Amino acid sequence: MILLRNVTKRYPNGHEALSRINLSLDRGAMAFLTGHSGAGKSTLLKLISLIERPSRGQIVVNGQNLESLSGRQVPYFRRQIGIIFQDHHLLHDRSVFDNVALPLVIQGYRQPEIARRVRAALDKVGLLHKENAEPVTLSTGEQQRVGIARAVVHKPAILLADEPTGNLDPHLSREIMQLFLRFNQVGTTVLVASHDLNLISSLGKPMVHLNEGRLQRREAEA
Amino acid sequence: MKRRRALTLPPVHARFQAYGINHLRALVFSLGKLYRAPFSSALTLLVIAVALTLPTLFHVVLNNLQQVSPQWSQTAQISVFLQDSVADEQLPALATRLAQRPDVAVALPVTRAEALEEFRAHSGFAEALDTLGENPLPPLILVTPALEHGSTTTLEGLVNALNNMPEVSRALMDLQWVQRLFSIMEMLQRATLVLSLLLGLGVLLVVGNTIRLDVQNRREEIEVAKLVGATDAFIRRPFLYGGLWLGLGGAMLAVVIVTITILLLSGPVQALSQLYGGEWRLGGLGFQGTLALLGLGALLGLAGSWITVNQHLRHIEPR
Ligand SMILES: Nc1ncnc2c1ncn2[C@@H]1O[C@H](COP(=O)(O)OP(=O)(O)OP(=O)(O)O)[C@@H](O)[C@H]1O
Ligand SMILES: [Mg+2]
Repeated sequence: MILLRNVTKRYPNGHEALSRINLSLDRGAMAFLTGHSGAGKSTLLKLISLIERPSRGQIVVNGQNLESLSGRQVPYFRRQIGIIFQDHHLLHDRSVFDNVALPLVIQGYRQPEIARRVRAALDKVGLLHKENAEPVTLSTGEQQRVGIARAVVHKPAILLADEPTGNLDPHLSREIMQLFLRFNQVGTTVLVASHDLNLISSLGKPMVHLNEGRLQRREAEA
Repeated sequence: MKRRRALTLPPVHARFQAYGINHLRALVFSLGKLYRAPFSSALTLLVIAVALTLPTLFHVVLNNLQQVSPQWSQTAQISVFLQDSVADEQLPALATRLAQRPDVAVALPVTRAEALEEFRAHSGFAEALDTLGENPLPPLILVTPALEHGSTTTLEGLVNALNNMPEVSRALMDLQWVQRLFSIMEMLQRATLVLSLLLGLGVLLVVGNTIRLDVQNRREEIEVAKLVGATDAFIRRPFLYGGLWLGLGGAMLAVVIVTITILLLSGPVQALSQLYGGEWRLGGLGFQGTLALLGLGALLGLAGSWITVNQHLRHIEPR
């Protein structure tokens, strides 16, 4: 489902954030991406979601070689992916409901369908009662969960999460991870970047370790 | 290649459906935005309206002048002064001959004595004339041209033909003012063109600037929308409608301003026309003119936002 071959990412300032990465994640699999701060976890996720382009190497996602995707096709490509950001990227001028509805609005869903799916997604992250709230009135953890709801509302084939539990207490973190496990159980391919070694090592999923932009070890096979 | 496209692009009917829904949403959204920022919207609309009003008023005035000018040149007369050798008795025959010309409507003979009477009555030089003792005036024929339209060239042709007649000493057209009018109208026409181009450009810039600020204010929203798979067309759409509304709204306001101005002017103009014994009415924009102005406003608004949005959207990419 996700395949990286010899991928190097050098930022315009010359910094090499990723060096010769080889990685593959099968359809329906789930893995964790770990590593120190600055190791290149976010960069890797950005390459997979075409926010950045690799300097060298090849990336294949859902059967599509990202190199050959034209600018016009990028939006349609991104619709297959749900992305949860390190900083949740919520829009503060609209309600929680409207934030979560955005991917569906963009894809031209009808209003009743949008309402149904948004409520289902909010229900999954336990925020159904906050649908009319403004994002600024939510706690950081709640905002993070709104971001998760937005990432899954259109039932993407792939879910990418960058530190989704960074701001959550241990209990809530575990709940969120359980949520990802459940998405994975229904067939979604999931890749989660996280520092929280304690938590993720208890979940029985393979871990990919990055160190200074290099792949170090894999604790289990994906 | 085929496989990839099939994977990335949704089926055609779904795209059409999404297209319709998206258009409707963008339209409602962009209207709502105008409504939510009434002061700045009103200000922008007013600027656009003023920029559209000026050339439109020029245009209307020009149209009116063009409509009345044939009447004016028809009322113009040519004074045909005859040679001293022409006797008063010859005058009626000569006048009849002139009146037979197709480009002459009326030819009125004026004898020396009649000319003197006329001169005495109107010039205020009566006493000066009396001291001369002898009548210095030549006989003349007043010719009213029969011209289809007030084009100066045929008038000049008639005057030249009259001048070439042996009995004529001089044919004078008191038409210089008509010629001036035509020159002024030509100047006005060019001025209107230049003004229209400049102010049209102004509307483009005003709309462009408004939309540019709007794009910048919504940078974050655009980034997020791109991240969750919004196409450029989707992102562009509300801005395009925004520009369209600005242009159309400004044009509507301009129609109102122009109409009011014409109403204000029509009283004095009618009074003026009666002074000259005419029956001209100040014409307004008319149905077609109104439609054209509205269409032009909408088009300028759309173009202004299109140019700006395309320019700025490229630089906004998710990070
Ligand atoms: N846009 C950029 N331009 C230049 N350098 C960048 C850019 N983005 C990231 N980097 C650098 O690339 C390296 C990897 O960054 P990245 O954000 O991928 O790390 P990370 O593993 O996600 O770290 P963290 O756990 O703190 O989020 C860092 O050294 C960072 O300074
Ligand atoms: Mg990071």
